[in-house]
Amino acid sequence: MSKVIYLDYNATTPMDPRVLDAMLPYMGAKFGNAASRSHSYGWEAEEAVELARQQVADLIGASPKEIVFTSGATESDNIAVKGAVEMLAHKGRHVITVKTEHKAILDTCKYLETKGLADVTYLDPDRDGLVTVEQIAAAIRDDTILITVMYGNNEIGTLQPITEIGALARERGIWFHTDATQGVGKVPFDVNAMNVDIASLSGHKIYGPKGVGVLYVRRRNPRVRLAPVIHGGGHERGMRSGTLNVPGIVGIGEAARLCQAELTRDAAHTRALRDRFEKTLLEALDHTELNGHQVKRLPNTTNLSFTCVEGESLIMGIPDVAVSSGSACTSASLEPSYVLRALGVGDELAHSSIRFSFGRFSTEEDVDIATESLIGTVNRLREMSPLYEMVLEGIDLSTIDWSSGQEH
Amino acid sequence: MAYSDKVIDHYNNPRNVGKLDKDDKTVGTGVVGAPECGDVMKLQIKVNDAGVIEDAKFKTFGCGSAIASSSLATEWVKGKTVDEALGIKNTDIVQELSLPPVKIHCSVLAEDAIRAALTDYRSKQAPTDAETPETAKTL
Repeated sequence: MSKVIYLDYNATTPMDPRVLDAMLPYMGAKFGNAASRSHSYGWEAEEAVELARQQVADLIGASPKEIVFTSGATESDNIAVKGAVEMLAHKGRHVITVKTEHKAILDTCKYLETKGLADVTYLDPDRDGLVTVEQIAAAIRDDTILITVMYGNNEIGTLQPITEIGALARERGIWFHTDATQGVGKVPFDVNAMNVDIASLSGHKIYGPKGVGVLYVRRRNPRVRLAPVIHGGGHERGMRSGTLNVPGIVGIGEAARLCQAELTRDAAHTRALRDRFEKTLLEALDHTELNGHQVKRLPNTTNLSFTCVEGESLIMGIPDVAVSSGSACTSASLEPSYVLRALGVGDELAHSSIRFSFGRFSTEEDVDIATESLIGTVNRLREMSPLYEMVLEGIDLSTIDWSSGQEH
Repeated sequence: MAYSDKVIDHYNNPRNVGKLDKDDKTVGTGVVGAPECGDVMKLQIKVNDAGVIEDAKFKTFGCGSAIASSSLATEWVKGKTVDEALGIKNTDIVQELSLPPVKIHCSVLAEDAIRAALTDYRSKQAPTDAETPETAKTL
């Protein structure tokens, strides 16, 4: 089997070989527990963890004391939302978020609502996936304690105006959390410049290992304290107990260092490839639409709807390219993407959408092979699509009563 | 998701893609499904004087299993009489293509498409067939 071209960097990234090199000793001879204070094995592990803490802090403009290591961004999101709601229960119970957030935020919010611990406002983004500061301001109540808005969206790449949202939150004395999982390493992210109080990061989205993440927790102006979700030995300033995953932490540290050193190159590289990819497809194919904001988005991401072609069948036709369907039809559910639905993209277009995400190791050759394969498959499937036939005949698909198959 | 070899074969080499003249009285057209559900199948049959389906065409918007189910349906209806074609069940399609449980709806849609095409054909025949009592009775 020939090599499958990987265009799914937003799902996960391959580890950078330099990250693996940094980690290996900590899976072998340097196996100590970073909490062991009485011998050199422990000291060695602790030293490695503290270096990683500094590397992550440097990447996001934080102090190392503000970095909490977790198992990944999902856990970080859980601690951020549950921890803030519990810690500030005396002050209020209202949380503001957006319908296009990751499930780690949305399902956590829903859990808190069903437990009667919080009231949550889920804001509607515009057609491009953007939420405005005015929308946030209008949603703030006297008992609002947390605003959580992601930086870059995983499906469409839209970048939210987090600096402005953070400034508003700061002014109103409300904690601001951002899930920066997709933004970090792809676009500049600085917790001070962007007025962020709490942030979630993941290792495996930045060429680090899976199973390790970071929670940034501001220590000054405001001093943020979060109730723990996992209780135990009091590691990580009591916010996340459990023996530290030393190899993983070393890995995310090295990955952060590389991201900081190579962000400019990575961003320019992926943007050039993404733009070449988009241009080629949009020139070759009619009735193809971009989902998300064209400019305010991650440089490596494009989400396209190929009208009249169902996403799963399209993916089946490009077995040499690894991508994600914008519809969830590949899973047991027939529901199309909730993110596209929140944007107001019709279900029929959502079923026709595919996310392509590029990365550090993508090449121009990858783009050219993938676009050629895609164009051929889209054209072939459109030839057998009853919808495309109707579109070419000038029939507006929305005027058809599909329950009877007749126009009305 | 792993597809069966037969689904992949029908997806890569679909049988009978195309269209027939929907205004032809000997042609029955069935369109089932909805774009917002991710599946639309159009299946057409052409019936000869002997009441045998001599040609069938399809066009499908849907996943690989939906394409395979409709492709197989056109293969199976060809050469059958209208009554025989009505006997094709979705479970036969599931078995032939080894469809997993999440894809059973594709076979149901294909059966619906066959029935819709046959119904359309019969409704077109109804006025003239009224002259021949034998056929009229079955309507």
